[in-house]
Amino acid sequence: MRLDPSSYGDLLLSLLPELVLTGWALVLLLFVAWRHRTVRDLRIAGWLTLLALLSTAIATWWLWWNRAGSPGIVTMIAADDFRWVADWVFLGAAALTVLISFRYLEREQLLVPEYYVLLIFGTLGMMVMAAGADLMVIFLGLELMSVAVYVLAGLDRRRARSAEAALKYFLLGAFASGFLLYGIALAYGATGTTNLSLIGAQGAIMGRPSVMLLAGLALLIVGFAFKIAAVPFHMWAPDVYDGSPTPVTAFMATGVKAAAFAALFRVLNQAFGPVAAWHDILWWLAVVTMIGGNLFALGQRSLKRMLAYSSVAHAGYLLVAVTARGAAGTSAFLVYVIAYTLMSLGAFAVLTAKGRGGESDVMIDDLAGLAGERPWLAFALAVCMLSLLGFPGTAGFIGKWYILIAATSAGQNTLAAILVLTSVVSAGYYLPVIMAMYMKPQPVEHAHVDVTLDRWGRTALTVVVVGLLLFGVWPNRLLDLARSAGEGVHAPARTAAYPP
Amino acid sequence: MYARWVLTALLAWPLLAGLVVLLLPARVAKYAALAASLVEFAISVPLWWTFAPAGGMQFVADHTWIASWGIHYTVGIDGISLFLVLLTTFLMPLSILGSWSYITKRETGFYALLLVLTTGMIGVFVALDLFLFYVMWELMLIPMYFIIGVWGGDNRLYAAIKFFIYTFLGSLLMLVAILVLYLHAGRATGVYSFGYAHLLSQVKDLGPTAWWLFGAFFLAFAIKVPIFPLHTWLPDAHVEAPTAGSVILAGVLLKMGTYGFLRFALPFFPAVALNQSVQLVIVILSLIGIIYGGLVAMVQPDLKKLIAYSSVAHLGFVMLGIWALTLQSVQGALLIMINHGISTGALFFLAGMIYERRHSRLIEAYGGIARVVPLFAAILTIVSLSSIALPGTNGFVGEFLVLLGSFRTYPIATALATTGVIVAAAYLLTALQRVIYKPLKNPENEKLTDLTPRELAVLIPLLVCILWVGIYPKPFLQRMEPAARALIEQMRPPAAVTAGKP
Repeated sequence: MRLDPSSYGDLLLSLLPELVLTGWALVLLLFVAWRHRTVRDLRIAGWLTLLALLSTAIATWWLWWNRAGSPGIVTMIAADDFRWVADWVFLGAAALTVLISFRYLEREQLLVPEYYVLLIFGTLGMMVMAAGADLMVIFLGLELMSVAVYVLAGLDRRRARSAEAALKYFLLGAFASGFLLYGIALAYGATGTTNLSLIGAQGAIMGRPSVMLLAGLALLIVGFAFKIAAVPFHMWAPDVYDGSPTPVTAFMATGVKAAAFAALFRVLNQAFGPVAAWHDILWWLAVVTMIGGNLFALGQRSLKRMLAYSSVAHAGYLLVAVTARGAAGTSAFLVYVIAYTLMSLGAFAVLTAKGRGGESDVMIDDLAGLAGERPWLAFALAVCMLSLLGFPGTAGFIGKWYILIAATSAGQNTLAAILVLTSVVSAGYYLPVIMAMYMKPQPVEHAHVDVTLDRWGRTALTVVVVGLLLFGVWPNRLLDLARSAGEGVHAPARTAAYPP
Repeated sequence: MYARWVLTALLAWPLLAGLVVLLLPARVAKYAALAASLVEFAISVPLWWTFAPAGGMQFVADHTWIASWGIHYTVGIDGISLFLVLLTTFLMPLSILGSWSYITKRETGFYALLLVLTTGMIGVFVALDLFLFYVMWELMLIPMYFIIGVWGGDNRLYAAIKFFIYTFLGSLLMLVAILVLYLHAGRATGVYSFGYAHLLSQVKDLGPTAWWLFGAFFLAFAIKVPIFPLHTWLPDAHVEAPTAGSVILAGVLLKMGTYGFLRFALPFFPAVALNQSVQLVIVILSLIGIIYGGLVAMVQPDLKKLIAYSSVAHLGFVMLGIWALTLQSVQGALLIMINHGISTGALFFLAGMIYERRHSRLIEAYGGIARVVPLFAAILTIVSLSSIALPGTNGFVGEFLVLLGSFRTYPIATALATTGVIVAAAYLLTALQRVIYKPLKNPENEKLTDLTPRELAVLIPLLVCILWVGIYPKPFLQRMEPAARALIEQMRPPAAVTAGKP
């Protein structure tokens, strides 16, 4: 199915998932305007959100099934497999977040149904980012996502930590947006367009890129590096992840990161494909992020903070996929980000079961003896930890393996070696979690009696564990999907049709 | 029919049985596990007869697994891996029987993990696809990590994580090397596959990259063997692990390293492996392992630690034999790999049995117990003698063949290695004397009970093997010979094989 952007019908069709989700967001806003007092209202809002995410996923699936694609001409909205797969990642992350939120919000007395509205708006922003074939669209998506998440981070108004997180995130995020916008302006100044393919075409004609374009590129990279929490732009991440309510942290660590990466892939490959300057920058960024993230995580005693730093380390692995370039790198990114979303959400889900009052005080050693009392929770967390470690039999390994293939086939053997060596370091902080759960005795009798998940939290955790093990043993379908999606980003658009 | 399914059955059965055991109540877990491991052994026994020595890779099964990366499920065995598979299936029921009264907490988990571990170990020995090999190599790490960490001694957490991280470090670099090989072969032929034969046919023109790749493989296997400076995880892991864990660590897991050299590191990179300086380094490290391992064993107050260091020494002989690359030395190395599994396994069983009675592993805690537990003393003596390599026991055949074969390649090194045999006699006989002879001073030892029928059932099969290999090793050597010869011919032009000098 070819979507011709010059006809209104096709234009709307290519925006179908976003439109569906926007419609639901408005419905939900209306709903919470009237019903926002009781626990039951909160529940209904949650269910409506799940319905919204599901129908959006179906709309996306319908477009994917019909092979919707742009006719190879310059558009502001991309319609390719990369976008659909990325959308599924965001929708899945949001849906799992909703599942672990039900009980969490009630337990922490956060009776604000707007939570779900913000979650939908955040997801919508991510989808716009992944769809953007134009810097302006990407920026719009980024802002939509960021503003929603700033508010989500500060949701727990009674706790200073949450307010601190929101304020930090907002101030630094606003700075980063400024960098990004300035980068877009400079790129526009250098090429006269904000469209990714047109910038790419201009860059190819220029031969040696102008200083202005390079400066624009540098600022863009800074902006994105902030959003993905790459070292040295990661300083905000631990405090913000630590202070936010745990489901929000899970959403930030997975969805927000995936969205920023998706946009980064498009920008670097489509707009700055011919500009070689970013190769080295990203190489160093990847190395520093892998080493830094892993070393910082090694020193953490708090589980939530450890997961925050580990998400920095995983941003480093994903940056290796960026550095590998080519379609293989993009496919590897998709596989890895799917695995990462699952395992990270799983870990945070168990954390919500263990913790009280924001979970920031759950030390790794507090899990001691969990396996004796809550064997399934412990098993799920162990699978997530092994997957984060990249152990064979889990999806995390398949993702890491794909990134390694992409890196070595691009000749980046050193980067591959650094990746595996830093993975060894990561064993130093993932294993203690398993060790505490299985090999240490409970500090007091029945220390974990109150560590439970409700039915929906357990559902989310089951989905995570089954997904991790299934993709770890039988990844064929996932790989095929990722392969076709990865090629979408690298298919050259025929820029001749619309001269700048 | 048997030939096509046997290896897959050997891999699938323990995994399945392990999951079932996990669901059973604790009091029947060990019976179920024992039955499962006996079935496993029964499946594997006909391999001994149906194996055709000159047949190359046999019992091959090949199915596509992950098509887009050219990953196959390919398994098969030859004369090198046959005995390691049999050794594994042979030691498993004994280990389960040996843990009968030793493991008292969380029994279901323990026996389930032992069974899963079996899958991983057999998988390493039969995998003919490097991806599958890597997966299996890592897979056996988790059960062992838990066995040490949950059921181990006082210092178990430290030992478990050290064991894990050492192995993990080596194997991840090997992973990158496998990938580089895969891409190299893929670019040269257009066929992207992790198949062993496919990769092996494309390693000739690697150039200087071969050095890096060899280094990565070497590190992974050397940690596992372990070769001298990388051996420090071994005493910790052996000492802290429960009896079954120590037996399997020594009996099977260490062999994975030497197996890796024989199967991958040597045939893939012959030019690097036979480089003069590389040979020199490896021979020196093996010698250090033999002599240093023996000397350190001599001063150990802890019985299990002594056995652990004796493993370092034994594996040094294996490395020497492999690198000497003559028919006798390679056969001898293979035989030591089996012997070490049997003898050291038996020693760890015995150490575990006496520990269960007295809750002390210290040698000085005993003395003169031959009078109290004569059966125990007799068996310990036989097993120690076999570990020292006394003629008539299995140890002698292996070490003699290695020394004989290596002498032609490395005369000086072999002469030095011979002193290792003397050192072995020194530390084992001294320990033996201090444990079972000398006057009985400690009154606690007077109440010791002798071996129970269950413990005899564990030890007697091992004793039978010790004497069988010691007196009539021909069936073993016969089945190994073609594979050993093929390896040597692969490494060196045929003319050099008879001459014996590189």
